[in-house]
Amino acid sequence: MQISSTAHRPPSAFLKAIGAIVWKDLAAELRSRELLSAMLVFALLVILIFNFAIELQPGLRSTVTPGVLWVTFAFAGTLGLNRSMAVEKDRGCLDGLLLAPVDRSAIYFGKALSNLAFMLIVEITVLPIYSVLYNINLFNVGLLLVILLGSVGYTAVGTLLSSMAVQTRTRDVLLPILLFPVILPVLLAAVKASSGFLGQLPMSEIWPWLNILMAYDVIFTAVAFMVYDYVLEE
Amino acid sequence: MQPQPKVLTVLIILSIVLFFGALGMVFLYAPLEAVMNYVQKIFYFHISNAWVGMLGFIVAAVTGTVYLVTKDLKWDIVELAAVEISLVFFFIAIVSGSIWAKPSWGTWWTWDARLTTAAILEMIYLACLLLRQGIEDPERRARFSAVYTLVGALSVPITFLSIRIWQTIHPAVIGAGSSGALGSFGMTPPMLNTMFFCLITFSVIFVTLLWYRIRLGQLAEQVAQLKIETLQ
Repeated sequence: MQISSTAHRPPSAFLKAIGAIVWKDLAAELRSRELLSAMLVFALLVILIFNFAIELQPGLRSTVTPGVLWVTFAFAGTLGLNRSMAVEKDRGCLDGLLLAPVDRSAIYFGKALSNLAFMLIVEITVLPIYSVLYNINLFNVGLLLVILLGSVGYTAVGTLLSSMAVQTRTRDVLLPILLFPVILPVLLAAVKASSGFLGQLPMSEIWPWLNILMAYDVIFTAVAFMVYDYVLEE
Repeated sequence: MQPQPKVLTVLIILSIVLFFGALGMVFLYAPLEAVMNYVQKIFYFHISNAWVGMLGFIVAAVTGTVYLVTKDLKWDIVELAAVEISLVFFFIAIVSGSIWAKPSWGTWWTWDARLTTAAILEMIYLACLLLRQGIEDPERRARFSAVYTLVGALSVPITFLSIRIWQTIHPAVIGAGSSGALGSFGMTPPMLNTMFFCLITFSVIFVTLLWYRIRLGQLAEQVAQLKIETLQ
């Protein structure tokens, strides 16, 4: 009997593989909490630094808040992406995953989903703290939507690039250098859309930014999914 | 190492001749522009360099993708050559643009769509080179570099469009005239001729330099092979 090739595996195996990888990451994180705590503390420290770096006077706060939030998320996200992949490589999980009879793209989606989950958890935690510290109401459905779309785009590209960066000599340092030039449309569109929702601008002005975010998410998830095989060859 | 092919020798002579021809055209043939006088002449070289920089980027992205499909390392040599050369040409374009901007717009830099995208493109080149530096295995280096140039090539147009949209909503114009207006100073036929001549000159220079850089890459590969063979 032939060893199963991709063609013989049922499609549900693909989804099961993704589910298994996400479950593994979340379960491991639930026990050790090292990644989430590091990301969270870092995000809070960045917000603290911003208090001194930018004069967050009451009048300026609403204009500056989206930028501050997204810079915080971008840097904390880098931390999370780095650690998530480094842990895989160092503990040999990556080799284990590669040996398992799953599609490489299942590994991509699994890692991307767990990275997204971590980033969203950090963002959801940071929002109320920011609201309290700077006395600005951030519980806006539109804002939450933008954060979701932006995080999806960020982790889609970030997972691909961190898989590459973790295999180089310069590892942690390389990821921001690779990621930030490419992620600029997401940051720009997310900041503009966030400030649109917070400033209660009419939807007609916010739509272009949401469109850019959605287009970016779709394009880069597709590209990363197609190209991931080349990144994880052994 | 193959001896320098005749075509390459012809190309380098042609490059030198064309370059001096271009200099001559720019300073002797092209008329002085009404408002900006000599400063405007930077534009001939600025546009040519920027054109070559972008051409190199497309070459890099395409050869990278071809490498991913064919797995032939010679495409990686072409990609690296394209990235390195475009990095330099584009840097010259950015600097010459800044020098032109100061007297024209009153500022060295402005965050309009073209300049911001140019800066980002330059950062992507540098990031690609840094990525390559961190990898020992030539095959893995080629793969990662190809993936990154592909991702970069896809994101740059999106970045340009996003910043354009940002600008139409908040037009940020500094200095006289919009920064996007290239033909705003109305190019007369002699100027257009000079412009095209410079574009052709720099394209020829690009091809010559690319060819030399590819030869250098092939030589480096041969040295690496010899190293492996000798050390065994």
